[in-house]
Amino acid sequence: MQIKVLGTGCANCRNTVALIEQAALSKGLPVEIIKVEDLKDIMSYGIMSTPGVVIDGKVVHAGGIPSRDKIDSWLK
Amino acid sequence: MSTLTDTVSTNRPAPWLWLTLAIVAWIAGYAALEPFADIAIASFGLTKQTHLGEALHFFFYDTPKVLLLLTGIVFVMGVIHTFIAPERTRALLSGRRLGIGNVMAATLGIVTPFCSCSAVPLFIGFLSAGVPLGVTFSFLISAPMVNEVALALLFGLFGWKVAGLYLGLGLSVAIVAGLVIGKLGMEDYLEDWVRVMQGTQSAEFDVAKPSWAERIDAGLGHIRNIVGKVWPYILLGIAVGAGIHGYVPEDFMASIMGKDAPWWSLPAAVAIGVPMYSNAAGIIPIVEALIGKGAALGTVLAFMMSVIALSLPEMIILRKVLKPRLIATFAGVVAAGILLVGYIFNTLL
Repeated sequence: MQIKVLGTGCANCRNTVALIEQAALSKGLPVEIIKVEDLKDIMSYGIMSTPGVVIDGKVVHAGGIPSRDKIDSWLK
Repeated sequence: MSTLTDTVSTNRPAPWLWLTLAIVAWIAGYAALEPFADIAIASFGLTKQTHLGEALHFFFYDTPKVLLLLTGIVFVMGVIHTFIAPERTRALLSGRRLGIGNVMAATLGIVTPFCSCSAVPLFIGFLSAGVPLGVTFSFLISAPMVNEVALALLFGLFGWKVAGLYLGLGLSVAIVAGLVIGKLGMEDYLEDWVRVMQGTQSAEFDVAKPSWAERIDAGLGHIRNIVGKVWPYILLGIAVGAGIHGYVPEDFMASIMGKDAPWWSLPAAVAIGVPMYSNAAGIIPIVEALIGKGAALGTVLAFMMSVIALSLPEMIILRKVLKPRLIATFAGVVAAGILLVGYIFNTLL
């Protein structure tokens, strides 16, 4: 499973990455997390607020740190 | 256009009972502010007649008052945010003309969730959906400047008139500055990769509609995020304010920042404020101390606006999407607007 976290490197983006890593670890799921920090690349997903989360090419979250419930629902 | 899919179950009932109880407790707490401060200093064996008693009374009255106001306003804003996602704001503003578009953008800037690290994605997102450059700037100026923490603090410490004036003048600066930038037709000074994105996307939005339980959760989360972060600054500010109560002469600042200060005191305050970077909570204690010591309200509010609305880190981020000339115009127009507001304020009051 490949998860992209879109963000220019603010604190919220780093927290989001850490949260997803934690959730994946506790479920024993192998995930590959890619941080997308280039503005042009971020904008190509059409989001307007960061951090954004993209799973299998689909935007599933934008703006603010996602809740643990939400993250768990992605990791299936 | 990408769609946001929300797969979290939303069938929870909203905690209306708890919300009602919390509102009752809030009102009761607000009504009990004065007696609470009286009892607090009495328990130290002090009365308001003594210097120390007066200072402590100030602290025990103002701290819970400001924190209660802040919690209330931040909760309401958190709930409002669930109604107005940036995507919806963009759809509302797409294709608007200058004028009405600027008024709408500045107003929406107050209630749309905004974080300074999202300023650039938001900026590009707006432009790519056909929101005019001047209208986008109105939003970008009003969003950080007219914020809920500043309003709650001004309301708590100086009353509704000052808070209302701040709101009105902040909106005016955002509207007029956006109009001016729009009229100047500076689209050529966007970075090239941004310019080609203008008007390339549809402004449709498709966001899952949250339930009331989620809206209330968002309000509580907003309290945790905002109040949880700023309360030390507020406590510190009020403590400093209480501490200097009576120890620093009342007209200490009057000669350099008061009404009879030389004409250059206002531009100097704005010039110092522009490169400074602080959030509203960090700057309010300073504002409070300055006004308490005889500085003119217009000069101090202009200082505060310039600190919150313009900052060096923001310019550096904006440099990725704007050419230097547009950044300079943006900073110049906003600073001029703030200056004007300060002079009007000092003349009227």
